Amino acid sequence: MRTPLRPLTRRGLLTGTLGSAALLAAGGSLAGCGTKGAQQTEAGCVSEDLSGTEKKLAFSNWPQYMDVDEKDESKRPSLDAFIAKTGIQVTYTEDINDNNEFFGKVQNQLAACQSTDRDIIVLTDWMAARMIRLGWIQKLDPAKIPNVQANLLPSLLNRSFDSENRISIPWQSGLAGLAYNGSVTKELRTVDELLTRPDLKGKVTALSEMRDTMGLLLGSNGHDPANFTAAQFDDALNKLKKAVDSGQIRKFTGNDYAPDLAKGDIAACIGWSGDVIQLSSENEKVQFVAPDSGVMLFSDNMMVPNKATHKGNAEALINYYYEPAVAATLAAYVNYICPVKGAQAEMEKIDPELAANPLIFPDDALLSKSKVFMALDEKQEKEYEGKFQQVIGA
Amino acid sequence: MTLLAQVPTGSGQPPPEPPAARSGRYRLLPYLLLLPGAAWLLVFFGVPLVQLASASLYDPSGSLSTGYAMTWAFGNYPDVLQAYWPQFLRSFGYAGVALVLALLLGYPLAYAIAQKAGRWKNLLLVCVVAPMFTSFLVRTLAWKTILSDNGALVGLLRDVHLLAPDGRLLATPFAVVLGLTYNFLPFLVLPLYASLERLDYRLLEAASDLYASPVEAFRRVTLPLSMPGLIAGTLLFFIPASGDYINAELLGTPNEYMIGNVIDSAFLVRLDYPQGAALSFLLMAAILAVVFGYLRRAGTEEVL
Repeated sequence: MRTPLRPLTRRGLLTGTLGSAALLAAGGSLAGCGTKGAQQTEAGCVSEDLSGTEKKLAFSNWPQYMDVDEKDESKRPSLDAFIAKTGIQVTYTEDINDNNEFFGKVQNQLAACQSTDRDIIVLTDWMAARMIRLGWIQKLDPAKIPNVQANLLPSLLNRSFDSENRISIPWQSGLAGLAYNGSVTKELRTVDELLTRPDLKGKVTALSEMRDTMGLLLGSNGHDPANFTAAQFDDALNKLKKAVDSGQIRKFTGNDYAPDLAKGDIAACIGWSGDVIQLSSENEKVQFVAPDSGVMLFSDNMMVPNKATHKGNAEALINYYYEPAVAATLAAYVNYICPVKGAQAEMEKIDPELAANPLIFPDDALLSKSKVFMALDEKQEKEYEGKFQQVIGA
Repeated sequence: MTLLAQVPTGSGQPPPEPPAARSGRYRLLPYLLLLPGAAWLLVFFGVPLVQLASASLYDPSGSLSTGYAMTWAFGNYPDVLQAYWPQFLRSFGYAGVALVLALLLGYPLAYAIAQKAGRWKNLLLVCVVAPMFTSFLVRTLAWKTILSDNGALVGLLRDVHLLAPDGRLLATPFAVVLGLTYNFLPFLVLPLYASLERLDYRLLEAASDLYASPVEAFRRVTLPLSMPGLIAGTLLFFIPASGDYINAELLGTPNEYMIGNVIDSAFLVRLDYPQGAALSFLLMAAILAVVFGYLRRAGTEEVL
């Protein structure tokens, strides 16, 4: 039996026409799609420097990454001194909360060689490496940043993604290592303990930053995080997977492990030195541990993106923060590793206790244990990050 | 004025034939009224949707720096399904369990507010809605504190031996389902309330006059009459709950991650746009299928 054809109404005709037009248009635009590469070249995306005429600078940084006056939080002593000294008006914005999120925010402009309205941005090593690889960052003039050449900590010199130290200059550095809360568990020394000790089961977190977590695991397997093979990476990843499957690792976190560690919801974790110092100033049972198998050294780097129009002013600011006295002022507030040689001596004058803290001014023993994760090309990054994400569950 | 002149004015004369009443401009009016909404939908939904559809068919070997070529790579779909089917199942599983819990909590609540609350009605409604004034994120973080391993609740449950001494609530499927139930409950309660509020109590009296037991009166009178609210509520609950990723992220562990977490990481961390887009489309398709299946069975036209 067949249903009779419905008579053609005007409405039916209209819907039909519109519907097929929409489908056709959609299909057509689908076929026309595809994206252009985001890669830029120095010749293809030239930036103008107006520093000579415009005494301005837009500086984007992470929250709580700049010294503030104890009495008046709106004053920033080191930055205010720079403004007074040079007459450059600095617009300081704390609008970077997450590397990936910030990347999403600026990627469209930078991929199209447009201005982001920022002259200095501060991003972590691996993100800096990615942006440099994409050709989105301007090269600085070494002659204008002599303090950097003179005072940059030797272990941060000539990193694989910036072999001439003129594209990305460390703002602050930090270590990724182990941390534990002494009020809920006993001392912890090694990565293997973290991943297998039965009393820690379900009370362990690791970082969702692949380079920090995997770097520590590679080290614990006796491999070098600065130079490893795909097979070695897989070994380390399997080790991590075992700890996830067994329920030992409860979670992968960003900065948000800190309150949980303080409360004791997590007993031990892979964490960052700066966070842990801040926690231990409130509860001294919270301790940072640098395992003998190695810790990961990372930096957040100042960079001048393409089309930023005040490169000269940016260089002046970068150079200024590499004066040991200025660096010490900053380090006294932010508690991360100070990348500036000579700042330790200056710190003696401000706060001798901080000057002796190896997590702000690492000694040779600690520096010899610290590693910078291998620079990855785009294909490796996608492959390793993909495998890692699969293990951490997303 | 010309428009008004077309409208019949006298009540005595018979209404004129519709086609004659509609001059060109009058006929266009509804479409003009639709225009802003349609334009909005087109620009902020239609265009991104087409873009997402095309991104899901990009050559998966492309990358950000080299760009993606459009190769009609339908293979992306089976690939992501194979890699992430557990998260898909988990999303619908958790959202389903949360929905059942929310119905058990929400139906009596909506009924009580609508029929029994009297002068407390408005206050109770405010109590249901008030938590929504704080951000979703803050509410979920609050649950994190409540369920904390060293918190009072877990301590109590351990003392009465409902939890093993090393047991926990946080970072378990229970916590995630609880978070989903809590966060989306108002979306279920409000439409239900709107339906139940219109329920005429005399119909229930009539039912009992006709010897219906309370249970039967509920089944044959209250429930059918609340169907539109129930269906709207379950949809408003289920659709966002199955795509949610905040609860799994904050209250769960990697073993509780839902499909939203995978999509988030595909777009923001792994920068694998074809995969992220394919997953988004699959999620949309799956939800549409579930919703239409449900509407067919529950069969009501009033919500659509």
